[in-house]
Amino acid sequence: MRITLTVNDAAYPLEVEPRRVLADALRDDCGLTGTHLGCEQGVCGACTVLVDGEAVRSCLMLAVQCDGVPIRTVEGLTGPDGQPHPLQRAFSAERGLQCGFCTPGFLMLAAGALDHDLSENEVADLVRSNLCRCTGYEPIRRAITRAAHAHQNGQDGRHRSV
Amino acid sequence: MKPAAFDYLVPQTVAGAVDALAAGAQVLAGGQSLLLEMHLQRAHPALVADINRVPGLDTLTVVDGTLTVGALVRHKTFESPGAVPGPLGDLFARAVGYIAHPPIRARGTMTGNLAWAHPASEWCALAVALDAVVELRSTRGTREIPAEDYFLGPFQTARDPDELLTAVRYPLLAPDTGVAFTEHRRTGFSFAQVAVGAALTVREGVITGARIGLANCADRPLRAHNAERTLIGSEPSQPVFTAAGEAAAERDAAPVPEPYADVDYRRHVVAVLVARTLREAAPV
Repeated sequence: MRITLTVNDAAYPLEVEPRRVLADALRDDCGLTGTHLGCEQGVCGACTVLVDGEAVRSCLMLAVQCDGVPIRTVEGLTGPDGQPHPLQRAFSAERGLQCGFCTPGFLMLAAGALDHDLSENEVADLVRSNLCRCTGYEPIRRAITRAAHAHQNGQDGRHRSV
Repeated sequence: MKPAAFDYLVPQTVAGAVDALAAGAQVLAGGQSLLLEMHLQRAHPALVADINRVPGLDTLTVVDGTLTVGALVRHKTFESPGAVPGPLGDLFARAVGYIAHPPIRARGTMTGNLAWAHPASEWCALAVALDAVVELRSTRGTREIPAEDYFLGPFQTARDPDELLTAVRYPLLAPDTGVAFTEHRRTGFSFAQVAVGAALTVREGVITGARIGLANCADRPLRAHNAERTLIGSEPSQPVFTAAGEAAAERDAAPVPEPYADVDYRRHVVAVLVARTLREAAPV
């Protein structure tokens, strides 16, 4: 099938089989390998991306379902000026990663939630969505909380430190 | 593994979707169970009908005290207790937090859970407890089935393969109904070993209405009729709730052994959780 994926505001006209999952289309057809695939069963969350602003598992969606729908991946977090996103700064500041395999998924999971007022419980619930085998989650929870506070206080300008 | 090859249709109307089902299509709504099954090669449909672009299926409506949930209403919708009026909205909001996690809840649908009929499904247990009615549409017409007659076993329902589950209807709960939902599971990622939803009405100090739904306490979702009967006419108290829990465990539940939960253990959990849920639900 001919589809056009709109990823990070760029159009990718593709010819894909209906059975191609979004994660594979992003990685292999669009060349955007920041989205990682761990379990391919919706459990680990490494493949989490934003589809129409909502954090979803890209292994549990078909590419053909996303024809014409805006998609955001970890490559789209960095601003046009090349500065890291406030979430990326917060992950760095709080040591929210070690090996980094799960990090794109956690970043996109948090990016999808950043516009809501996140309570402590909601951050904990959010962090439970994905698997991380290095950090023990606590640094990730702190990083998301830090970025959320900065976001709510309007202090997440790309040139300020979070 | 990857899904096996299939043909893909995107019907634009309910009639179009029903025609696709008549041609043997498998419905794709939220897809959070279906795509997993396809990854694992346990499901290999030749034709998939993606109903996500059918207008009108994503609505919640309330008419004459009845809530209708369309086939594309996502789990996430119910996270806000105000999405559904009265205690029913409160009960749904308490239950939905136990369903998978936020990214799955953003895609998966309540109605899809009823179509899939996993014995541990929170929505399926509530559907039988709340006298929900399932609306099924095919080229042969539309029929409605009460939830208690609809579930036949694990992943087995009264739905014919060519029928589209278009909506589920629930009677709203009276404003003075107390509600609660509790669940026991091994880890945050696990399915429920036991989950209990309850709605209690207490008038002039006496329990006049009780609804108890049990998830993963048998090969299908259950309504704990025996436990409910022990409650009616009693004053809410810890001994009354404990007795109801024991009735649910011994007379309603028919647990199936699982690797981490044998039958005795699960009966024990049912007794404890039912009593705990009732205590939380009792309006004070």
